[in-house]
Amino acid sequence: MTHTWITAAALAAGFFAAGLATAQDKDSTSKQIERYREALAEGNPAELWEARGEALWKEKRGPKGASLERCDLGLGPGIVKGAYTVLPKYFADTGKVEDLESRLVTCMVSLQGFTPGEAKKDPFGGPGKKVPMDALVAYIASESRGMAMHVSIADPKEREAYELGRQIFFYRGGPHDFACASCHGAEGKRIRLQDLPNLTNPADARKAYTTWPAYRVSQGEVRSMQWRLNDCFRQQRFPELEFTSPASIALSLYLARTAEGGVMDAPAIKR
Amino acid sequence: MADPMKIRATMVGDKVEVKVLMAHEMETGQRKDSKGAIVPAWFIQNVTATVNGKTVLSAEWGPAVAKNPFLSFRFSGAKAGDKVVITWTDNHGDKRSDEATIAA
Amino acid sequence: MKMGRRRALQDGSAMAVMGLAMAAGLLRPSTARAEAWNKAAFEVKGNLNEEVRALGGSAATESKDISMSSPDIAENGAVVPFTVTSNLPKTESIALLVEKNPNMLAANFSIPDGTEPWINTRIKMGQTSNVIALVKADGRYYYTSKEVKVTLGGCGG
Repeated sequence: MTHTWITAAALAAGFFAAGLATAQDKDSTSKQIERYREALAEGNPAELWEARGEALWKEKRGPKGASLERCDLGLGPGIVKGAYTVLPKYFADTGKVEDLESRLVTCMVSLQGFTPGEAKKDPFGGPGKKVPMDALVAYIASESRGMAMHVSIADPKEREAYELGRQIFFYRGGPHDFACASCHGAEGKRIRLQDLPNLTNPADARKAYTTWPAYRVSQGEVRSMQWRLNDCFRQQRFPELEFTSPASIALSLYLARTAEGGVMDAPAIKR
Repeated sequence: MADPMKIRATMVGDKVEVKVLMAHEMETGQRKDSKGAIVPAWFIQNVTATVNGKTVLSAEWGPAVAKNPFLSFRFSGAKAGDKVVITWTDNHGDKRSDEATIAA
Repeated sequence: MKMGRRRALQDGSAMAVMGLAMAAGLLRPSTARAEAWNKAAFEVKGNLNEEVRALGGSAATESKDISMSSPDIAENGAVVPFTVTSNLPKTESIALLVEKNPNMLAANFSIPDGTEPWINTRIKMGQTSNVIALVKADGRYYYTSKEVKVTLGGCGG
């Protein structure tokens, strides 16, 4: 008898639960995912990259046996604090708009004596392969934590790069007739459980831009903005976005400018 | 040579709270590389934490501990200024020891 | 009673095998090495009783004095955070087991006197599974378990 009762009650409970589930499912799933992200935040393995990057910044390397400590990241030679918030920007010494990665390449060439090819050889790490670039990016970005993004588009070259970046963002192409804007140009889009930021909307752009570079738990690596853009191009089935190419820097400047005022919180940790 | 660990040790009341991040691939031995060959297992097997020569935690790990492992634990019987020494050994026999001073 | 006897017999035979292996020089007693690594315990697949025996116990009892906290859904199985607290007196060790992983034992922590029976760490989960926190206290084994769902994310930007 008891058994029957339990079954009936369970069925009834199940029935009601099913009715409620539709309304509550998405909400509680998002809450649980939020809990997951919070639980990861307190011990971010990106700290291991930051420590390695700081050591690399100070280490004498390359044919000239020099460190990067005299590198001008936009706020003057050797100033790391806050540098990430003003990049990409125009540099008079190269006559180019540079982002953090391309500027590091410039300094590895000018200060340490590497060839451009050597400096760009390993842009991204992978399983069992640690590269200096990821570590330097992690360290330098971490030195802007808590500071607001403030990139300039006052210089004509910066203005030009910004406009180019905006055009690339909306440019549809490739076998899927896709643009960055296809996923990131409207509100309320998702892929599986991920809410996709609308990068044309400053609030979303700030949240996204200020949390790169990031430690990706799915890959166990710190990923830079250059990697993020490169992988977006791959996912769109576009031709490969060349590391530190003018197109990649232009796109980055467009996103950084849209994120104006966003407070840096990177390297973050992401799924 | 493995990268240094990141160790934080802080007094919380009369207890010490330790948080440690270790740089390690923690290969499961189940993954295949791009050529389809199995990537051999490579993971930390033993972890030991000592303070003033006394073991405050020891652990045996398998390959299912996440890559770049994170671990937090708490113990009593030490004070600010004491040193926490953490050592790991992996299945290749590689070993790494790092220490941190307990902060008030 | 019957169960108890059967287990005792199994344990007995396991001991005999261990003894032979040791005699043959295949295994050294764990005391011979500063750091022991229980290979057999890391080879058990999806069977709690077998795991407890591999760890040197006989059976585990479900206990409300162990609490395990984790998100119910993991955005990625490569890193799933767990916090385990044991309120059992004389807690000696805390282990985390994932039922559906290729081998269920993920980690086993020894808790000496003076160390809180509390552990916070992160493990891999191959798929949605029951996760078990197994505690040894005063020589006996106790456990609690919960299901954790594993999802695969999108771009994650």
